[in-house]
Amino acid sequence: MPIIQVKDLSKIFGKNAKKATQYLDQGLSKEEILEKTGNTVGVNRASFDVEEGEIFVIMGLSGSGKSTLVRLINRLIEPTEGSVYIDGKDLATMDKKSLRDVRREKLSMVFQRFALFPHRTVLENAEFGLEVQGVDKSERSQKAKDSLEMVGLGGYINQFPGQLSGGMQQRVGLARALANDPEVLLMDEAFSALDPLIRKEMQDELLELQETMKKTILFITHDLDEALRIGDRIALMKDGRIVQIGTPEEILVNPANDYVEKFVEDVDRSKVLSAEHIMKRPETVDVEKHGPRTALERMRKEGLSTIYVTDAKRNLHGYVTADDVSEAAKKEVKDLKGILRTDIPKVEKDTSMQEIFDIIHDSPVPVAVVEDGKLQGIIVRGAVIAALAGSEVNLNGTNA
Amino acid sequence: MELMPKIPVAEWISSATDWVTDTFEFLFDFIKNDFGDFIEIFAEDWLMGIPIWLFIVIVGLLAFFVSGKRFGLMAFSVIGLWFIANQELWEELMNTFTLVIFASLISVIIGVPFGIWMAKSKVVEKVLTPILDFMQTMPAFVYLIPAVAFFSIGMVPGVFASVIFATPPTVRFTNLGIRQVSHELIEASDSFGTTGTQKLFKVQLPMAKKTIMAGINQTVMLALSMVVIASMIGAKGLGQTVITGLQRAEVGTGFVAGLGIVILAIIIDRFTQNLNTQRGD
Repeated sequence: MPIIQVKDLSKIFGKNAKKATQYLDQGLSKEEILEKTGNTVGVNRASFDVEEGEIFVIMGLSGSGKSTLVRLINRLIEPTEGSVYIDGKDLATMDKKSLRDVRREKLSMVFQRFALFPHRTVLENAEFGLEVQGVDKSERSQKAKDSLEMVGLGGYINQFPGQLSGGMQQRVGLARALANDPEVLLMDEAFSALDPLIRKEMQDELLELQETMKKTILFITHDLDEALRIGDRIALMKDGRIVQIGTPEEILVNPANDYVEKFVEDVDRSKVLSAEHIMKRPETVDVEKHGPRTALERMRKEGLSTIYVTDAKRNLHGYVTADDVSEAAKKEVKDLKGILRTDIPKVEKDTSMQEIFDIIHDSPVPVAVVEDGKLQGIIVRGAVIAALAGSEVNLNGTNA
Repeated sequence: MELMPKIPVAEWISSATDWVTDTFEFLFDFIKNDFGDFIEIFAEDWLMGIPIWLFIVIVGLLAFFVSGKRFGLMAFSVIGLWFIANQELWEELMNTFTLVIFASLISVIIGVPFGIWMAKSKVVEKVLTPILDFMQTMPAFVYLIPAVAFFSIGMVPGVFASVIFATPPTVRFTNLGIRQVSHELIEASDSFGTTGTQKLFKVQLPMAKKTIMAGINQTVMLALSMVVIASMIGAKGLGQTVITGLQRAEVGTGFVAGLGIVILAIIIDRFTQNLNTQRGD
């Protein structure tokens, strides 16, 4: 069962919000509802599941409702309609006491502007959640120290937040959230207030921590690069609506609509796309069945100067060039084994575009995509350039 | 004008006051007698029981440490107090000090909870704000009249009138301080599952401390400013000397006593300001 289940969750700000939900049901847009009722739609019938141990990113521009959505999940904002199930229990209808217990035990939040308590030391900040739960002094101090140690702030426990840099302050924020040992970490633009270098460092650290922690993380961001970097899955929001949910590749490669497409236009695709997205079905000849004549004819038909040679099981043996093949044909050689070349430029399915770029640059022949010795596809120079330019690429990569 | 007879507001207020005086006589008597006795003991037995030189030394030392081990406040306190003693106004000073202390303490004890209540509820804020405005703009002399009705004359009605006059800043600043705590910190507190009380004592009050202390400082200063007015209904102290100076047209006497009030005001003000530091600043 997913740890977080969100079902038709809506938030409408303003008076008579319930009434305005009728317009949501009729499918009216945010602007139309604002005009008709004066209410602002924060989140519009959002539904998604987050699996345990997953980093689920909610991404959207400012005003898209992503910060409202994350606050609906721990009910810092009261939902107008819909349900949020945490471990199967609906938070939206919970009484105050149970809600407090869920917040204490299951959900911790990291804030965009850190939200550290300036009158408390770093240690006291990290202790806060445990203190609220009534954990006794020595135990909570130990747990808080452990979690500060984990984010690399073991030496700063007696400082005040005001004495630390932004990056360090957010580490305290992270340590404060982790000290509770929550099941779910809600991170609201947690790294957005940091400068780009520190931001990248924090992303790396979060991923590193995640390797051992295996927490469920709901990460909010407006930065697509960040979303693609850390997200296992991404939900894209616009005007309070979730427009697409998918893995980073799915979103890049198959944008659900113009909005998403526009969004992903500027992404550095070379970092995200890999060999399987740009390879195409290879023309091959069979080393056991075909001789130079067949090869020559197939190359002439397809307009190729080289062709890959496999066996019936698609095991890659090498390639032959047009010159060698026509020479052999003249000499009436029966098979291709004599002229087989084996200096094959090989990559794997998940080799990134950046690496492919280097390989293909020096190679006279198309790059072979190989898995377990079997030829999966080939990549021609044109495909790399086309993919970088953002035109059609194939999502599932098989294409064969 | 003839169409509308005069509305007997004054009569209403008077009869209401009479009613309160009669109905709560037991309470007023209790306060007047027991609390009055306590104030007297505090001023005459305790404060005046301390030798003048020792009192000055203690204040001087406190000033030194409170001001962060600097000599300015200490020097001023010692010289100021010595001057008042030299002018033979020490007993008056102690009485004035007592009045200020009791009036401020009661104001804070009443004011802070009201400020918290005001911060928690918009309705309460809407109701209390005009009442506080009224309390502060009504001429302070007016409070003397019911004060005398309830408690006759002496220190107790003086404290009563001072409390009414001096409480509003504490209420206002407490409300302001709590409301000023940033929304994100409140969210952070809520997100960890704090109860209302935990949030108040672990986040809101500590964060509002500076503002609340500024309000308390104002309250103390207002209480001090009531000293002269309260002495018109028999509250002992420097104010009485000022009034005597006024009645006998003795400029010098009035001025010296006034100077004593100024010195006390400066010492108390600097003390409370120096105490107003926050962790993590």
